[in-house]
Amino acid sequence: MTERKVGVYICHCGGNISDYVDVHKVRDVVESEDGVAIAKTTMFACSDAGQQEMIDDIKEQKLDGLVVASCSPKLHLLTFRGVAKRANLNPYQYVQVDIREQDSWAHREDHEGATEKAIRLVRAGIAKVRQSQPLKPTEVETVKKALIVGGGIAGLRAALVLADMGIYVYLIEREEKVGGWASKFSVMYPHDKSGKELIGELLSEVAKRGSKITIFTNAELLKKGGYLGNFDITVGIGGDTNEAETINLKVGAVIVATGFDTYKPKQGEFGYGLKGVVTLPEFKAMVEASDGKLEYDGQQVKNVTYIYCVGSRQKADVENANTYCSRYCCNAAIHTSTLVSKVDPTVHQFHLYRDIRTYGKYETLYEETQKMGSVFLKFDEDEPPVVDSSDGTLRVRVKDLLTDREEIEIDPDLVVLVTGMVPRENAGLTNALKIPLGRDRFYNEIHPKLRPVETVIDGVYIAGAAQGPKNSSESVASALAAASKAAGLVMKGYTELQPLVAYVDPDKCEWCGLCAEACPYEAIEKSTDEQRGKEIATVTGMLCKGCGGCVPVCPTDAIQVKDYEDHTIMDAIDALLEEV
Amino acid sequence: MTVGNKENEEFAPSILVFSTDSISDPGIDLAGSSHLAYPSTVSVISLPCSSGIKPKWILHAIEKGFDGVFIAADGTDCPFLPDCTTRTAKIADTAQSLLKEKGYDPQRVKMGAICSVCAEPFANHMRNFFNALQKIGPAKKGGGKDGI
Repeated sequence: MTERKVGVYICHCGGNISDYVDVHKVRDVVESEDGVAIAKTTMFACSDAGQQEMIDDIKEQKLDGLVVASCSPKLHLLTFRGVAKRANLNPYQYVQVDIREQDSWAHREDHEGATEKAIRLVRAGIAKVRQSQPLKPTEVETVKKALIVGGGIAGLRAALVLADMGIYVYLIEREEKVGGWASKFSVMYPHDKSGKELIGELLSEVAKRGSKITIFTNAELLKKGGYLGNFDITVGIGGDTNEAETINLKVGAVIVATGFDTYKPKQGEFGYGLKGVVTLPEFKAMVEASDGKLEYDGQQVKNVTYIYCVGSRQKADVENANTYCSRYCCNAAIHTSTLVSKVDPTVHQFHLYRDIRTYGKYETLYEETQKMGSVFLKFDEDEPPVVDSSDGTLRVRVKDLLTDREEIEIDPDLVVLVTGMVPRENAGLTNALKIPLGRDRFYNEIHPKLRPVETVIDGVYIAGAAQGPKNSSESVASALAAASKAAGLVMKGYTELQPLVAYVDPDKCEWCGLCAEACPYEAIEKSTDEQRGKEIATVTGMLCKGCGGCVPVCPTDAIQVKDYEDHTIMDAIDALLEEV
Repeated sequence: MTVGNKENEEFAPSILVFSTDSISDPGIDLAGSSHLAYPSTVSVISLPCSSGIKPKWILHAIEKGFDGVFIAADGTDCPFLPDCTTRTAKIADTAQSLLKEKGYDPQRVKMGAICSVCAEPFANHMRNFFNALQKIGPAKKGGGKDGI
C-alpha cells in the first residue's frame, strides 16, 4: 500500500473521448486503485472551470500526485503542469495519460476495447505517478536569433517584428527574390494597394533595420541539428548546382513561412486546355495587364463565366483529392469581378458556384459585384457545369439550383476556373525539419485553436499559407503569432530543460566506463567515491540530455534516467496487464 | 477484447509499444487524429529515446503477459544520438536472445522506425504485427507455439 494521495481526472473532451470511451466506467474502476484519493470525470479538463476544480481538490485534499487522462501530452502537458504548480504541487508529480489520440480516436469502432484500454492506460499513469518524485527543471541559455524560412508577406512581416523586439533575424528564400505571391498581386482588398506596393513597403522597412535582418536568396534549409533554443541550421546557397555553398547558422527558433502553390487543373477538367479556359491567377494577370478594355487572343471579352471550387472540396475518391475548402478563392474571384466591372462595365459576368464563402468584410464585396451586374448560379456538386467547344463555340451548360434546376447555356468568351491553394512542394524542408503534414498535406499545427502556430518540434513554428489556405491578412496575423511565440522563447535568454536526466546509484556502480562511452555529450565522468572507497560514474546534469542511451549498457543496472527507472517502467507494464 | 489467453480464433494479441516522446509518439498521435484504426489491445509507453530501452523490460512485458513488444524507434530522426538506429537494433537483438533463452519466440519483439509523421506506417505495423502474433499464439506459458 502506498501513502500517496493521487487525484485522477478523466476528461470527456466534449465527446471526443466520451463518445467512444465509457469515462464513467473508467472512473469507477480506477477509483479503487492503490493511492487514489479522488477520481472524477470532467467535461473539459483544460477549461478554466476544469482546471480550478483540480486546483481546489489538490489543495483541499492535500493531493501529492495528479493524473489527467485526456488528450496527447503534446497538447496539454504544460497546461496541467501549470495546474499542479498553481496548486503548489510539484509539476513532475503530474502524469498525463493520452486516451484521445492513442485511444478514442484510434479505436472508434471498438467502444468496449477503447474503454478497457483507457482503464489500463490510466492504471499505468497512476502507477507512474505513485513513483514520481518532486523535480526541478534545468535552465539552458537560448540563442537570441531566429531563422525564417520563406520571404513572402508572412516571412517578411515576422522578420520585422522580431527585429523590432531586438532579435537577430536570418531570412532564407528559395527564389531569387523575396516577396512571394503577394509581390505579383495587383490591387488588393480592402486597402486597394497593390501587392507590389505592400511588399515594397515591407522591404524598405527591412532595409531600415540594417544588420538586424539578414536575407539569403536562392537559399534552402538543408539540415537541422541541436535543440529548442539552440538549433544548428545548415543552409545551402545557390540552388542545387555544384557551386552551392553551405553556411551554418545558430538560432534559437525557426519560423516556417513557405506559402502555397495554386491548383493546376488537369487537362480537360472543366474544359481546361480548351481555348478560352483559364485559371483565376491567369485571368487576374490579364485583368491587371488590360488597358481600358479586356482582351483575349486579340478579341474583346464581353462575357466571362467563372466556375468555383475547382481543385477544392473534391470528393475523397479523386486521386490526391483536395477535400478542403481553400477559403480565399470566393473572395478572390468576386474581387476580380469587381475589377473587371471597373475596367469595362458592359462585360457580362456569370458566377457558377457551389457555396459562397465571403466572410467578414468580403460580404460587402459580394453585394457590390451583384449590384454591378454579376449573376450568380448555384450548381449541385453531383451535377457540375460542363464546358465544351465541340461545335467551335465555347459553351458552358449548368443546371441552376436557384431556378429549380433549369438548364442554362452560356457562350462565354472566357471561362475562368476559380482554383484554390495547394501545399507547396517542400519535401526537402519537411524532411530536414520533421514537421508533420496534416491530411490536407499542408504543415500541421499542434492545435488549430489552442496552439495554432506551434509544431510538435519544440522551437519550430509555422506561419502563413504554409499551414493551410489563408489570405494575406490572415497570413500576416499568423506570422505575428509565430513571431511572438519565437520571441517568447528566445528573449528570456534561457529555457527550461526537463530535469529528467540520468543519475547513478553509487552502491551498484563498479566503474566500467561503458556508460561514458555510450554518451556522446560527455555528460558522464569517472569520479572517486571516498565514502565507499571506489571509483564510480558521475553524471553532469547540465550536459545530460536525458536520452537514456547509457541505461541499457550498464551491466549492474546502476544508471537510470529520472522518471524512467526500472521500477517505474515495470510497474507501468504490470498495470497495463491487470485484468479489466 | 480482453488481454490474455483465449481461444485462438478470437485471440486478440496484446502489444506493448515503446515509443519516443519527440519522434514516434507524435506519429502514433497522428494515426489517432487521422482516425486510422488499429487494434485496441495496443498500448504505448513513451520514453525519451528508443536507445534507452532495457532488454529486460521487454522480457518482463512478455513474461507478465504481453504477446508482443514493438519498438517504435527514432531511426535517423533521433534528436539525441546519431547512431540511434544501430543502438536500438542492438537492444532489439539482445531482447530477442533473452526471449529465446526463456523459450519464447523471438518474433514477439519487433522494431520499426516510426517518424513524427509516420501515422500510416504505424497503423500498418500494428495490424501486421497483430496478425503475426495471432499465428504465434498467446505468450502465456503453453499458450502459443513457442515450444514452452
